[in-house]
Amino acid sequence: MPSRKHLTLGGGLFLLLLLPPAATLAGEPYLISLASRMLIYGLAAASLDLLLGYGAMISLGHAAFVGVGAYVVGICHFHNFESQPLFAWPFLLPGSENGLVVLPAAVLVAALAAFVIGALSLRTTGMHFIMITLAFAQMLFYFFVSLEKYGGDDGLTMYARTKLPGLDLGDKTQFYYLCLAALVLFLFLAARLVHSRFGLIIRGAGNNDRRIRGLGVASSRYKLVTFVIAGGTAGLAGALLANQTEYVSPGLMHWTLSGELMVMVLLGGLGTLYGPVLGAVVFLLLEETLAMYTEHWMLYMGPFLVVSVIFFKNGLLGLLTGRKARDD
Amino acid sequence: MLLILEQLLNGLQLGITLFLMSAGLTLVFGIMQVINLAHGSFYMIGAYVGATVAGHTGSFPLAVGAGVAAAMVTGCLVEFLVLRHLYAREHLDQVLATFGLIMFFNELTRVIWGRQPLFVEVPGPLARSIELLPGLPYPAYRLAVIAVGLLVAAGLWFIFARTRLGMQIRAGAVNREMIGALGVNIKLLYTLVFGLGAMLAGLAGIMAGPILAVESGMGESILILTFVVIVIGGIGSIRGAVAGALLVGMVDTLGRAFLPTILKLFLAASTADGVAASLSSMAIYILMAIVLVVKPRGLFPAHA
Repeated sequence: MPSRKHLTLGGGLFLLLLLPPAATLAGEPYLISLASRMLIYGLAAASLDLLLGYGAMISLGHAAFVGVGAYVVGICHFHNFESQPLFAWPFLLPGSENGLVVLPAAVLVAALAAFVIGALSLRTTGMHFIMITLAFAQMLFYFFVSLEKYGGDDGLTMYARTKLPGLDLGDKTQFYYLCLAALVLFLFLAARLVHSRFGLIIRGAGNNDRRIRGLGVASSRYKLVTFVIAGGTAGLAGALLANQTEYVSPGLMHWTLSGELMVMVLLGGLGTLYGPVLGAVVFLLLEETLAMYTEHWMLYMGPFLVVSVIFFKNGLLGLLTGRKARDD
Repeated sequence: MLLILEQLLNGLQLGITLFLMSAGLTLVFGIMQVINLAHGSFYMIGAYVGATVAGHTGSFPLAVGAGVAAAMVTGCLVEFLVLRHLYAREHLDQVLATFGLIMFFNELTRVIWGRQPLFVEVPGPLARSIELLPGLPYPAYRLAVIAVGLLVAAGLWFIFARTRLGMQIRAGAVNREMIGALGVNIKLLYTLVFGLGAMLAGLAGIMAGPILAVESGMGESILILTFVVIVIGGIGSIRGAVAGALLVGMVDTLGRAFLPTILKLFLAASTADGVAASLSSMAIYILMAIVLVVKPRGLFPAHA
């Protein structure tokens, strides 16, 4: 007898796989782009859940890595389009639109940014950590605003989507399945990770860091690695998002996006990995529907958040899979 | 030389605004152990109410009174309706709830005042320049902001260092369980400190009105600078807030003013402008990183 959790997950995946043909049949191909956006935000939110839900690292700057990933793609495309090398020293590096180059580059650069920011921020905990991650994200935001060459405040328009051999990312359905594949792959690896010895240490450090250190484990290294993994994944989400909107701007790293990612995690269920994906879907749906009725949708979203934080704690996945969704 | 003096004054003025913001917030963090992202909203509400009252009555003192009162009332309401339920909860819950509050307040100001920024006239008697030194005129209004800020700082110092209430607040920042056990009404103390912090933020907002545009979301840019100040100064420490605010104000202002000139000594003019723009916008965060490496708990930690 499969458990309620497996039924929910299997059913969810089945629905996601069926969505593009169903949307085409229903004559609503717009839904496919919306769903791709949900998957991408789901990926970013799930990566944030590694930090929030497992390591108890409350990062309020996760959007920065989404933005870095997006900018890597945008800038590589820009240089390719202008036939101008990215840099000429110490070696010549041309721009590129090849997905086998730019997607890994986006992940690596975002992971590198996460390494630097994480190494500094993880020197502190608690409230300090929240404020510092927010501040560093804001620093990157201003950095990209000041880059006049890449559009500054206005951002960069991409003239073509990334090229992947055998795939046409301009095609809505193919792009959707790419996002879905990326998300499923990440969820699979992350679920393995959190149940490994590594994950045990991270969760332990999240619960009681002092005790883990007392056991002789240098937990800060594990936390840093988690921070880097989450940052790199957010970078991948950013690279996909850049392709989805064909536009990159500092707005992607604005702190409100970090906050929204956090909302998605909590809405879906903290420390569940799958929950945040559901949270992203619900959040974007709420935003779309509320925005249809009123331009002031935040006037309702804000109090909704406050009330849901005060009154229900298990998230939506908790409602679907039974009282306690958190797998620890 | 005169230019440097002028920029030092500008830095001092930014530092004072930041001090008004961070003095209240650092205490809220230190005493209540609660992270409040909505502090910038009090600043914004003060600015909006102040701008509206100034526009209708033409009286700036009246605007100050109204703005401060509005910010304080909002602060107390927020404490009573939302934060009070979150003191015992995790920081994550506090972040999310106050994030929701920001969304609400930003949208509320858009509903009430529209999307267009408001501009506030500099109050009549201050709408001129004062020649501080021969060849150094400086806007009287900015001098007044500096003066008010210094007065408030002195007043705060008096409250904290010389009154019984101040002693309780300081004790609360160091060990709140102990002060509760000693029979101090900690709930009342919380509300008082919170209202005081909101009031100072509102005052900072009104005073910023004639200098900046009053618009929805103005609270968050200053909030993040305030966080940098608190991280540099140390949570719960008023001394830290003073030092952090002045450091951040000076580094930001002087960096923007002089980095282009300095970099042009080494680099070609076009590169220098680009690099200077990036560097000066990141300067305070780099400063924060350096402080973090040297003293992770800030320059003047309250729990030392």
